[in-house]
Amino acid sequence: MTNHWIDFKNTDCALIIGSNAAENHPVSFTWLMEAKVKRGAKIIHVDPRFTRTSARSDLYAPMRSGTDIPFFGGLFNYIFETGRYHHDYVLHYTNAAHIVHDDYDFQEGLFTGYDEEKRTYADRSSWAYKTDAEGKPLKDMTLQDPRCVFQMMKKHYERYDIDTVCSITGMPKEKFLQVAEMFTETASPDKTGTILYAMGQTQHTVGSQNTRALSMLQLLLGNVGRPGGGVNALRGHSNVQGSTDMACLFHIIPGYMPAPNDGDHVDLAAYNATTPKGGFWTNRPKFIASLLKAWWGDQANLDNDLGYHYLPKQKKGANHSHIALFEDMMAGKIKGLFNWGQNPVVSGPNTNHEAKALEELEWMVQLDPFENETAAFWKRPGVNPSDVKTEVFLLPVTTFLEKEGSVTHSGRLIQYRWKAIEGPGQTKQESWIIDHIARSIKSHYEGSNKPEDEPIKYLTWDYGSSDDLSIFVDAVAREINGKDLRTGKQLPGFGALQDDGTTACGNWIYSGMYTEEGNHAKRREKEDPSGLGLYLKWGYAWPLNRRIIYNRANCDPSGKPWSEDKRTIWWDETQERWVGYDVPDFAPTRSPQDPGGTDPFIMLPEGQARFFGVNSMNEGPFPEHYEPYESPVENILSKVQYNPAIRIWESNKRGEASEFPIVCSTWRVCEHWHTGAISRNLPWLAELMPALFVEMSPTLARERGISHGEIVEITSARGAIKAVAMVTERIQKLDVQGKTIEQVGLTWHFGYQGLVKGDITNILTPHVGDANTTIPEYKAFLVDVRKVK
Amino acid sequence: MSGLSRRRFLQLSGATAAMATSLGFSLDSLEASTPQLRIANAKETTSICCFCSGGCGIICHTVNGELVNVEGDPDNPVNRGSNCSKGAATFQTAKNDERVTKVLYRAPGSAEWEEKSWDWAFERIGELTAKARDASIVHRNDDGVIVNRTEAIASLGSSILNNEDLYLVSKLMRGLGVVNIEHQARI
Repeated sequence: MTNHWIDFKNTDCALIIGSNAAENHPVSFTWLMEAKVKRGAKIIHVDPRFTRTSARSDLYAPMRSGTDIPFFGGLFNYIFETGRYHHDYVLHYTNAAHIVHDDYDFQEGLFTGYDEEKRTYADRSSWAYKTDAEGKPLKDMTLQDPRCVFQMMKKHYERYDIDTVCSITGMPKEKFLQVAEMFTETASPDKTGTILYAMGQTQHTVGSQNTRALSMLQLLLGNVGRPGGGVNALRGHSNVQGSTDMACLFHIIPGYMPAPNDGDHVDLAAYNATTPKGGFWTNRPKFIASLLKAWWGDQANLDNDLGYHYLPKQKKGANHSHIALFEDMMAGKIKGLFNWGQNPVVSGPNTNHEAKALEELEWMVQLDPFENETAAFWKRPGVNPSDVKTEVFLLPVTTFLEKEGSVTHSGRLIQYRWKAIEGPGQTKQESWIIDHIARSIKSHYEGSNKPEDEPIKYLTWDYGSSDDLSIFVDAVAREINGKDLRTGKQLPGFGALQDDGTTACGNWIYSGMYTEEGNHAKRREKEDPSGLGLYLKWGYAWPLNRRIIYNRANCDPSGKPWSEDKRTIWWDETQERWVGYDVPDFAPTRSPQDPGGTDPFIMLPEGQARFFGVNSMNEGPFPEHYEPYESPVENILSKVQYNPAIRIWESNKRGEASEFPIVCSTWRVCEHWHTGAISRNLPWLAELMPALFVEMSPTLARERGISHGEIVEITSARGAIKAVAMVTERIQKLDVQGKTIEQVGLTWHFGYQGLVKGDITNILTPHVGDANTTIPEYKAFLVDVRKVK
Repeated sequence: MSGLSRRRFLQLSGATAAMATSLGFSLDSLEASTPQLRIANAKETTSICCFCSGGCGIICHTVNGELVNVEGDPDNPVNRGSNCSKGAATFQTAKNDERVTKVLYRAPGSAEWEEKSWDWAFERIGELTAKARDASIVHRNDDGVIVNRTEAIASLGSSILNNEDLYLVSKLMRGLGVVNIEHQARI
């Protein structure tokens, strides 16, 4: 999130798309309802299904799953036609005025530089700005030049007229117009609108471009960096933000630095040569140097590249994302798996395939409080355990009330969990287990003289005994924040990091959390002089305790807040610095008149947010509509049916509409949590929601002779499952491109373990993912539904 | 509860009891028949809910180390004491007969779990990891670049761990040369 949960109370209009926030993130609605009651805010819900969120919204608009870009493109077109955008914000804070490269073009659904054979954009040199002789981007501040980003974007989305987008999305035209009118009210500088989204936006083959599109909408309306505004992903798990920050992902290392590969980053100089040339990322050499010092201590010196060669280098271009990882596992390339608490047998796409892949492992170490489906994969239904040669460890872990440490919520706020009770039996917190595993592994390398063993042999591990977790966890938290190696003092923040080996810091974005004053994640002071719900002394928000990021954009170019009742920071002439209620997300003394003084988007070299993506996305500079990998209709916007940059694995079977005519999505209920690995073992929750069900429209039920409450079979190209039919008016057939399209949806909380059981929904989903992140397309695929005789 | 917090309400109730003697009649029998609140003498420890990413505050009440109650933390500004159905059920994450409480091991081809000691498990895991790593570690690639990677080990999860634990996962795996590092955020 750019903003945070409490901030929803400051909004004038909330657009919820790709999320059932009222049900899956109930705390969001605490604050949205406050905005509604106290500010008269409006809530809009766009979703394939009428949900609990719709029931509390002012406006509900249905759509076909997988057509978000046509919807947003239609809004862009509406905005350009009506002029309902925040002109000064767009002019000064975005790249609207930049002139695009002469060679950039878009024809027949493809951008310049596509290599059809490789299914990739091999040449992206034209996805750039046109520059002057010194390499400075050219701009037209009148926004009239036909090659400026503003005009290029306008032209790109001219094709997304209301008739076309409503035909694709199935959204009734009057609904589309109501949404457009209501949300674009927030283009007014004194108003802000927020967007809440979740996996309904991201779990598509165009998921990344979906989120780009909604970000572009917020920029057109001048809503980013402002209270009650922003781009707000309602993330899933209690600490999925923290696990992302700590880089438990193949493509990054802690603090969102790129994971090194053996082509571009052969040594530290080469790694640093890829540092962005402008914006705050120019400090990256300090972050990597400090990380290396934290991890390899005295063995990381200026004469050995700060131990950079100890970091593993991936093969250039390798994809080790979830889907790819399981394909490699199936191919026998992966021998051992550490599973620190995940249940892919229920949550993975095409999960019959993924469960089978686990059988190829020689060993698996799993940490979990309950014996979930993945822990029990070797005795799953239909499998003879004697055929499975995998050695499996199930290590008993404590649950959250028995743990010590911090978690980061979706709004980047780090809060502390104090241990309340001891765990039962032999259960232990993961820190203790990881500590013991690390010591056991390291013992194998103590006497080694092999160069390849140095990274593990010399890996620093100086946290004391994990038998006293409060001390051990504290030492880890201190390392994450970092210290000055000359003085031994905790760093006050990442501004103090150096690239010469004199500072150590485990994760630069968390630097500032644990200073000489103590661990700020533990703070529980409730002052909020702003009245905006910022609570700067409650916990600690990265980066540098900023509660709303890009908050320079909450002021006009001169440094004055756009709206008097939504003041966060402002430029103080007398003090000659940015002051206010929030921590400025900007150089504190850079005046509006200084170079860069009106560039709020400090992580980008140009300081201005991008409508036109400069070589940042794998399928092009503007979000373009492609149908889901499996779709019941043809793409009417171009000849390119599905995302031209996605990778297709041969193992994946693609369903055709002739056999599987129904669009299927997956979703959740309030009473269960993801795979149900925990919630299906809690008697209260198991009783509240005991079975898997499939929601369908009355028209589909009539057509298939299905009655509410009976067991039906749902099939896809990957497999078949059974579920209870829930025939409901909440889902309606849609008129799409002249055809009647039915949609169904399933929860995915069930499996063969736990107090309540049910078929695994992800048996149906495809092993195909987004072109940038490879997030699986769980939210739009094809199925058929039939009565079980 | 507008204008009257739960704690303030309890304080007022206490004050009412103290005034009882001046009422002209005794509340002793009423007091005797009212069961004491489970949390009356409990220790309060605060935490953050384990389910979604809302960051809702939770208070645990313990008496002599025994968990007696879990409820929303009214001081936490994110949720102001409220919890959803899952948050309200977190008591059962701790008090639960389904928990795995022993180190379990399943030998290749076996149909059963067997109980093991932590020491045995750590020794075996260390051995297996070193074996898989040593058989697969690439020190230099074909171009002579030092890469120190193994593609034979993978790490999955987990977004329910605390930050400090996650940092150690990330650090240990990369120290081993592991590049197959993923978790729930990807899917």
